[in-house]
Amino acid sequence: MLKYLFSKEEDIPPGTAAIFFGFSSIVWFVLGTGLGSFNAAKLAFPDFVTGIELLSFGHMRQVHVLAVILGWISMAFAMTMMYITPALGNTKLWSEKLGVWNCFLWNIGLGLGLFLLWNGVSSGREYSDMPWFIDLVVIFGVLFPLGINVWMTIKNRRTQGIYTTNWFFGAATFMVIVVFLVGNMPEFFNLTGLTEAYLTWWFAHNVLGLWITPVAAAISYYVVPKVTGNPLYSHRIGHLHFWSVVVFYSTPAAHHLMSAPLPEWLKSFASVEGVLILVPAIAFVSNLLLTMHGKWRMFVENVEIKYTITGVLLAIPLNMQGGFQQTRAINWYVHGTGWIVAHAHLALLGFSTFLEAAAVYYGLQVLLRRKVYSLSLANFHFWMLLIGFSTYWISMTIAGLIQGAGKIYEVPYIDVVIAEHPYMIARWVGGTMVFIGNVVWMYNMWMTARAGTPIPAGRLPHELAYER
Amino acid sequence: MAFREYKIGSRMFAFALGSSMMITLYFPSKDIASVQATETALNRQLSFGRIGGFSVEDPFLKGQGKPVTVYLNKDPKTGSPIEPVTAYVYPVGVPFPSGLRHPRILGAGVKDLSLGQGRIADAKESSGAVFVVSAAGFNGKTLSYIENATATRGWQPSEALAAAGDANSRYIGSGKIMFVREGCWWCHTLLPEETQDWQYFGAPPMLGDFNGESPTAFGSDRKAPDLLHVASRNSSREWMTMHFYNPRLVQTHSIMPRYDYLWGEKDAAGNKIDYDKWRAEYNEYIAGKRVYAPEVPQPAAESEARKLIDFVMALK
Repeated sequence: MLKYLFSKEEDIPPGTAAIFFGFSSIVWFVLGTGLGSFNAAKLAFPDFVTGIELLSFGHMRQVHVLAVILGWISMAFAMTMMYITPALGNTKLWSEKLGVWNCFLWNIGLGLGLFLLWNGVSSGREYSDMPWFIDLVVIFGVLFPLGINVWMTIKNRRTQGIYTTNWFFGAATFMVIVVFLVGNMPEFFNLTGLTEAYLTWWFAHNVLGLWITPVAAAISYYVVPKVTGNPLYSHRIGHLHFWSVVVFYSTPAAHHLMSAPLPEWLKSFASVEGVLILVPAIAFVSNLLLTMHGKWRMFVENVEIKYTITGVLLAIPLNMQGGFQQTRAINWYVHGTGWIVAHAHLALLGFSTFLEAAAVYYGLQVLLRRKVYSLSLANFHFWMLLIGFSTYWISMTIAGLIQGAGKIYEVPYIDVVIAEHPYMIARWVGGTMVFIGNVVWMYNMWMTARAGTPIPAGRLPHELAYER
Repeated sequence: MAFREYKIGSRMFAFALGSSMMITLYFPSKDIASVQATETALNRQLSFGRIGGFSVEDPFLKGQGKPVTVYLNKDPKTGSPIEPVTAYVYPVGVPFPSGLRHPRILGAGVKDLSLGQGRIADAKESSGAVFVVSAAGFNGKTLSYIENATATRGWQPSEALAAAGDANSRYIGSGKIMFVREGCWWCHTLLPEETQDWQYFGAPPMLGDFNGESPTAFGSDRKAPDLLHVASRNSSREWMTMHFYNPRLVQTHSIMPRYDYLWGEKDAAGNKIDYDKWRAEYNEYIAGKRVYAPEVPQPAAESEARKLIDFVMALK
């Protein structure tokens, strides 16, 4: 990788940046889920590793969260943007060199930020925990170069129209920069009080709503038609999805602070807008499932489609929960409980991760021109992710309902802790399965690069039979 | 961008996102900016100092550059007895909180009283200052405001610290840094909800309770009791000390981590703390080989544990 940092643009093979991003994202995924599993063990067994400052829960929790969001998910996004955006524009990436530098700075910046966070250097604001100078690195060293590459590639396309996926890519890279700039203003300008509290959650909401959700969806708009060979069911429904994300997902930030003393009109407005999230959700899910028409056997036979459609199907419970749990009628019961933790993992580990994993599998095979080393290991990875995630989600949902009941019926808190204990163990088991699956995935992709069956020009990876 | 559709599309996009920002950023900030600071907000920001997380004055979150809260029962200047008062001592160079730097965030009335009777504009970070929270009438209502006691009463930071002594000094601002750095807020919320919570965890905060405070660290994922009013429920320093050292000494089923490492090298008497011995003895106690758990060392005056306990005991 270092070799290409100082190469001439024309000496860098197309796809280099995407390959680097792909492998980086897998490594961050392994790290992030490993930390998650370790943290979960501490919640189940508090004396598991004890008395060491750097290995205490409070020092590692945020490292897990940001490693998976900015390491795994966002780098997988960057990887997909680096190969899908040019492919859909029938052109090359605007600057392969910028992409390589972007990946390099991203790994350095994120590594530094997480190292500081791990040592307790935190702004004390959830999801925007990184101190402001790391935020500046993220904005100007990571997101801005990514955006420039995506926008310029779209501008230099050799097709007449712009496909759905690229609307989302272009808009989301712009919106996430706005979100980072505005959402970190409390740190840049030391804003205080409710403004700080509100902007913290404005940031957290919009990073999910204007970055993770639309980009994950955009990826599946590419993968499903490409792999199945079916055209997208409806571009008009795609339009509906895009515009309703911009309008409805950018507005309900205040629903994260339903029980804080924010202006009442803001909470009511956020709650109503929050239900409207069902509009883009239904548009997205129906569009993708209808695209599968006549190709449903691929849901069983093809690993990329298996991942993608599982992610799309998980968007159904995700948005049903998300739309309704934030209304006052339900939020008073589940707010601040494990239910929300389960929901967050449904969004990031369920819905989003499955869509990105498909694109990383597919992209690495296409870019390396090698078929995945072992389909059995890929299937093993799939089932470890799905069963591990389901164990986690179900156990944390139950734990959350117990906590909610404890909250409403004024049960002494320690009794809630005792009641939750079995579910904490289940959560640890689920998280560990995900981690093990990811280690296997890392091995599988490494071996794909080294020993995968070469794919002849003009063929897609899944069209090839296995030789071994 | 040759297509007419994209011209229309990008304008639609700017309009949609701009309207959304207008509603979710501009209108709420207008609304929130008009909030009047309560007495709680004044006490909180004065005891916490400028920033409770990463800041240039405290880049590694060691609790540096933070004010000291002192309880005074005699005038630090004259030495004569006075009504007990809580004073916030800002030694030379300690940055002031937002309410002092930008008095408009205190809201109408509080700002006018603080600038007028309180003379907060006279306070300088370069020479340090002592503040108290006072009350006075404003347009027929009694409001709390910040009083610059260095200007109004002639109290100097060093005199106030000397008059209080260590026994009456609390490192609440540094303690909040420990609270943020150690991630206490990942499990303990600082926000009783507007539900039945008030019966167990006390009243939810009021609108103006946070003016001038950053970060508010409300927390989102409650895996442990809310702490906004914890010192009103449990005011025992001894209990807190044991609980921080090893939560399972006082609450068998607790899943809270041990924070014994905040005690540092030495205890209050200056003796070296032997952690290995303590843990071995505790394990024997758990195994039923000892009748009593080993004694928890008293935290030293300058230890991080003491500061964190000071912060928690101030959450009333």
